[in-house]
Amino acid sequence: MQLTDKHREYWSRNLRLTAVLLGIWFVATFVVIWFARELNDFVIMGFPFAFYMGAQGSLIIYVIVIWYYARRMNQLDLEYGVHEGDD
Amino acid sequence: MSTAVSANTAFFNQLRKYYTFYTGGFITFVIALAILEQMGLAPKIIGYIFLAATILLYAGIGIMSKTADVSEYYVAGRRVPALFNGMATGADWMSAASFIGMAGTLYLSGFDGLAFVMGWTGGYVLVALFLAPYLRKFGQFTIPDFLGARFGGNLPRTIGVLAAIICSFTYVIAQIYGVGLITSRFTGLEFEIGVYAGLAGILVCSFLGGMRAVTWTQVAQYIILIIAYMIPVVWLSVQVTGNPIPQIAYGQALQSVSAKEKELNDPATVLGAAEASVRALHKEKQLEWEGKIKALDEVVAAGNGAAFVAEQKAGAQTKLNDLKAAPAPDAKKIAAAEKDVAEFPADATALKAKWKKAADGAKAKSGPVAAHAVPFAGKGAEKKLMKENPAATPEEIAKAHAEDEKASNGKRLNFIALVLCLMVGTASLPHILMRYYTTPSVRDARKSVFWSLFFIFLLYFTAPALGVLAKYVVYHDLVGSSFAALPAWVSNWQAVDATLMKIVDMNKDGLIQLAEITIGGDLIVLATPEIAGLPYVVSGLVAAGGLAAALSTADGLLLTIANALSHDVYYKMIDPNASTVRRLSVSKALLLVVAILAAYVASLKPGDILFLVGAAFSLAASAFFPALVLGVFWKRANHLGAVLGMLAGLAVCMYYMYITYDFFGGVAANEWFGIKPISAGIFGLPAGFLGVIIGSLISPAPSKEVQELVDHVRYPSLTVGADTKAA
Repeated sequence: MQLTDKHREYWSRNLRLTAVLLGIWFVATFVVIWFARELNDFVIMGFPFAFYMGAQGSLIIYVIVIWYYARRMNQLDLEYGVHEGDD
Repeated sequence: MSTAVSANTAFFNQLRKYYTFYTGGFITFVIALAILEQMGLAPKIIGYIFLAATILLYAGIGIMSKTADVSEYYVAGRRVPALFNGMATGADWMSAASFIGMAGTLYLSGFDGLAFVMGWTGGYVLVALFLAPYLRKFGQFTIPDFLGARFGGNLPRTIGVLAAIICSFTYVIAQIYGVGLITSRFTGLEFEIGVYAGLAGILVCSFLGGMRAVTWTQVAQYIILIIAYMIPVVWLSVQVTGNPIPQIAYGQALQSVSAKEKELNDPATVLGAAEASVRALHKEKQLEWEGKIKALDEVVAAGNGAAFVAEQKAGAQTKLNDLKAAPAPDAKKIAAAEKDVAEFPADATALKAKWKKAADGAKAKSGPVAAHAVPFAGKGAEKKLMKENPAATPEEIAKAHAEDEKASNGKRLNFIALVLCLMVGTASLPHILMRYYTTPSVRDARKSVFWSLFFIFLLYFTAPALGVLAKYVVYHDLVGSSFAALPAWVSNWQAVDATLMKIVDMNKDGLIQLAEITIGGDLIVLATPEIAGLPYVVSGLVAAGGLAAALSTADGLLLTIANALSHDVYYKMIDPNASTVRRLSVSKALLLVVAILAAYVASLKPGDILFLVGAAFSLAASAFFPALVLGVFWKRANHLGAVLGMLAGLAVCMYYMYITYDFFGGVAANEWFGIKPISAGIFGLPAGFLGVIIGSLISPAPSKEVQELVDHVRYPSLTVGADTKAA
């Protein structure tokens, strides 16, 4: 079927959301690793910061990123009328 | 619509009731065993009961879920609620390596081991953003299905099948190996028998009910494995820190471990001085081994390698004979010497490898203790220079400093490459992606990725805590205490397996130094119940947890392989008119063949299991990720692009492993940018993307139907205009 402008807008909003969340993922992973030696000078809750991120912090960020994506996309589906009938 | 929703809700409530009841039943079972243990039930019997009871349980679920329906068999009828699919994915995902090996890796390598923790969780972000919802909307049965439909023709599908089999098979061998190891350790059965016993447990489940049975078993297995992992760690945390939440409490334990590392590395302290004396002995040993290797090299260069090996072997035999002839024969020493003779290397290369390992082991122990929380430690060249030559010139210091920095940057680069390969590999392994076909809707697929990572996260953020807590116990309770009063767990495990725990008073001072302890990574999880002073029933529980982790992963992998063969090769390519009955019987027959083949390979105990697991991730990342992601996000991607991309990714990845990994005769000198062979995907991945892009651009755009398929997967529902509500 023919896509309407509204469909295209839905897709571009999806792309934008995906890009932003991917950026967060990238920072939480690779930027943290790259500067791990420097970040370790900070201490939080007894943990050197880079160690904390690798062992816990980045993982929590991943969980939140996925949670937010699911929530936001499921809202967008409804907003743009592209949700499934079933659920 | 409303009937479907209420049916789903009713199903969810029913499942919740079942699994709550099941969890309660399992806990009661453990408590009952604990009471029996207090009444004098032997540990060995407890081990048997645990293994038999859990395998019977999985078999029972498998039998109850038996099915003859194609959709039930391949995708569990697509009605698995997000939460339960998340648990099933968690069990599918967490293998024996995660359950038993992870905490040990973290214990041994400190910060640098976190690459696995980050890599094996962060990959789910990619699954969520790029794959799961779109694959669910596509809604077929396998990953090659998607490649076949999106890129047209049998070639992309065939390459997909091939890649799926290569990575899943290497991975499944490691799982069955793990099953054999756990079974033999806790029951005393032979390793080979353990492998086949475990195999029976895997088969009864997947054979009868396919994905449906595997799903409900995996949920049950997740519950067991997470209980088994948490109980000992929480208990240990209470003992070490007084706080029952290990993930919060180990910050202070880490601080005191770091302080202890400094003390042990400072020869001015009592403990540090004792360590230094042991390190000097290790240094002597290292030099001794290196001298022997040098002599071996000279003999080989002169062409007398074989004679030299024979002479060395004769020496080992003489030693054994002398031991046996001694007035008071020492059974333990004789057994060790017998093993020495029996496993003596066959040729000079193998002998050299063995000696090199001994030399490297001694070398590692002769150096200072590595700091747990410090990332990418350098070579210590600057420190060494300052110690040996306090009057070093600034140029010398700068040179040593640069050397350290280079080593440190190399480690950082490898850490990044490994994390990337593990993440992208996670988002490419067919047995994981397949699970998102089983949810009722796209909406649930998205939620399900969240639940998956949440359940995986529970274990993965506990493992680093366990690593630190165990280190705390070793550094504080073991180091500095007397050989006369070894804790029971130390002497037990030393007797069970010297590769896991070995402790020798090298400097004969009667006290334990850290450099006198050799710990194998797997010990950490296996011995935690005993370290924490828990009864044996908890050790049995941990074994059952490890078994659940290995079995659930093996289930998912075997099903992936069998489905790729039966659905993609047989049904889609050989006989598209096959009846349902015939398709399922072919699938089950293949499952049996693949399982037996995998068990056979595992029973040969192939070396380098860990490398094989790592290799599976790099291979999957290079072969699948570019084609799958561009297939959804780039309409222009076409047949030629997919073929070129998958082949280029696979080829570059395999070529790199071939030239750099010693198992295939490669050498480290061939490495590009010093990247280790396990991270070969870092080169395969860009090759794959380039292949897809170039191949697509030099050939015509895909047909209108294919472009419509892309729109179809991008929108959860396109059946009606965007302005009206979906029916």
